[in-house]
Amino acid sequence: MGYVSVKGGEEAIREAERLAAKNRLRGGSPLLEVKQVEEQLRAAVDQVMGEGGLYAPELAALAVKQSEGDLMEAAFLLRAYRTTLPRLGYSLPCAPGDLQPMRRISSAFKNIPGGQILGASRDYALHLLDFALMRETNDEEMGEEEAEEADPAALPAVLDLMDAEGIAHTARERAEGQEPHDVTTHGLSFPAHRSARLQALARGETGAMTALAYASLRGYGAVHPTIAELRVGRMPLRVKHPYSGDAVTVGEVEVTECHAICGGIGFVGTFTGEEGEGARFPLGYGLVFGRNERKAIAMSVLDRCVSLENPQAPTEDQEFVLYHIDGVDSMGFVEHLKLPHYVTFQSALDRLRSVHKEEEVMSRDV
Amino acid sequence: MSDAVERRHGEVDGYNYAFLDECTKREIRRKILKAVAIPGYQVPFGSREMPIARGWGTGGLQVTLSLLGPEDVLKVIDQGCDHSVNAANIRRLAVKMSGIRTTEDTALATIVQTRHRVPEEPLHAGQILVLQVPLPEPLRMLEASEAETRRMHAQGDYTPMWLFLYESIVRFHEIMLGAGYPVRVSGHYIMSPSPIPRWDVPRLHMADNLFLFGAGREKRIYAVPPHTAVEPLEFEDYPFRVESFSGRACEICGSTSSYLDEILDDISGKRSYRCSDTAYCAKRTGA
Repeated sequence: MGYVSVKGGEEAIREAERLAAKNRLRGGSPLLEVKQVEEQLRAAVDQVMGEGGLYAPELAALAVKQSEGDLMEAAFLLRAYRTTLPRLGYSLPCAPGDLQPMRRISSAFKNIPGGQILGASRDYALHLLDFALMRETNDEEMGEEEAEEADPAALPAVLDLMDAEGIAHTARERAEGQEPHDVTTHGLSFPAHRSARLQALARGETGAMTALAYASLRGYGAVHPTIAELRVGRMPLRVKHPYSGDAVTVGEVEVTECHAICGGIGFVGTFTGEEGEGARFPLGYGLVFGRNERKAIAMSVLDRCVSLENPQAPTEDQEFVLYHIDGVDSMGFVEHLKLPHYVTFQSALDRLRSVHKEEEVMSRDV
Repeated sequence: MSDAVERRHGEVDGYNYAFLDECTKREIRRKILKAVAIPGYQVPFGSREMPIARGWGTGGLQVTLSLLGPEDVLKVIDQGCDHSVNAANIRRLAVKMSGIRTTEDTALATIVQTRHRVPEEPLHAGQILVLQVPLPEPLRMLEASEAETRRMHAQGDYTPMWLFLYESIVRFHEIMLGAGYPVRVSGHYIMSPSPIPRWDVPRLHMADNLFLFGAGREKRIYAVPPHTAVEPLEFEDYPFRVESFSGRACEICGSTSSYLDEILDDISGKRSYRCSDTAYCAKRTGA
């Protein structure tokens, strides 16, 4: 009887888990090492770290392996693990120029001081299946060619140049001595503080954010930016020393950062600017863990979208965007529909039958 | 079913007692106290990611885990049943992380976590019923914006809700709300009782026990303290009505005064009824 099968209890769960674990290894191919995932499925690892909100390449690789490549599930595993870690504090803010770039491009300016650095990119590779990879062997050229480290001083952030020229509105919110609004310890409230908006976006699901940013570009919204600078590189992680109070570098994280000038194509939009400052372009900002340019750009679009003073489109509605881009929330709730709903459905059925009865009585009366 | 309390151990190395770290537990308990102080008010909290999926009971689970102590006895049900897979899974996690004692007997539990049902057996003073909540906002079906629904609650602007009920009567001669029927708490806030059937709603009114509601994905906690008025929204000429089972009885224990699951036998096509609260049913038959 169908009814009984869903009341299997603990034993059924254990057996289902055992079967799923067994299926992973059913094919008998050599076991996938976590190190292989970390080094050879880097896009997956980076995406999982970003959506998981935890910079931990090895653990993200483990999550990718454990979830058999289900990246939303992998990000969820990482987040659930993050829950158990103590929060020791917040890092100190970095300046845009602190980001040591392995790649930096600008689609707004042809000539930027220090030049454009294409770095390792498949942007212009032809999207052809490479059948040679089916027969790849280990004796091919191994190891990563390290990109030449440029002197950061020779690569000033495009943002700073625009600021100096009075082109863009870069007045950064001064946050010294003020802790960010942390959405992982305090839920979102609306209107959301900028730090909360950026954090929610940084943890957002790549696909959902790409879709919403695309909707804004296409017409359900009016934000269509020009990229001032897209950087991939390493950012120092600085914290305040608990005793001396000095800034101490305790590590570095690889990130992708995007500064978008909003109002460059077609409709130029509204300029912003403080009184006496003159008209300037507004900016959108994106920063994500690892290398995930798609998400960083989408984030810069959505950051601007949800910062507009007069939201018009769904993509400009803070609640619509920030509540629905979270992958852990969305996958959980959509999939909860698999749980039994007998009681609630019975209650709805009761209402429907009561209306049927009423209709029957009324048709008899006629 | 055994009516005795099962003793189990099983704290996991590397994890704090009951999974959550103590700072998180303290924060959740503070939010619970606030919720108790303002009955029916949805208190935002920093909902954590749990090892079970959002929408599968993480709000209730965080409330439960932040309250559990070594002396507690836990009962977990889903749709009234202790053995439903999701209930079994939540119980398994709680036991694994805290070694907590569990029971199926409502009377023996100090904390009962539930999805979509209030146990048939009335709870007594000192017991806590933790309800899992998917959508804490009763006004959401009328207004999509959270900022706006919070304003409506703050100003007691409930006209759209009354209009909605009135329009339902005009169109269907019935208030077409099934489970999760909106209630007014202590004459003030309109609250979602979580998707419990209407059958269970009267049992929130002036109860001896504390009700805590946890919505993990929506990051809200709210409460109905003991001896608090909980009234379903109704009109004088269209009173609130619970589900009707037209005198049908449970085929196992014969109960005519409990909420029944309708069961279709997929071979014979026969329709039969059984208590949705399986522990209550088992207790009646002495099983």
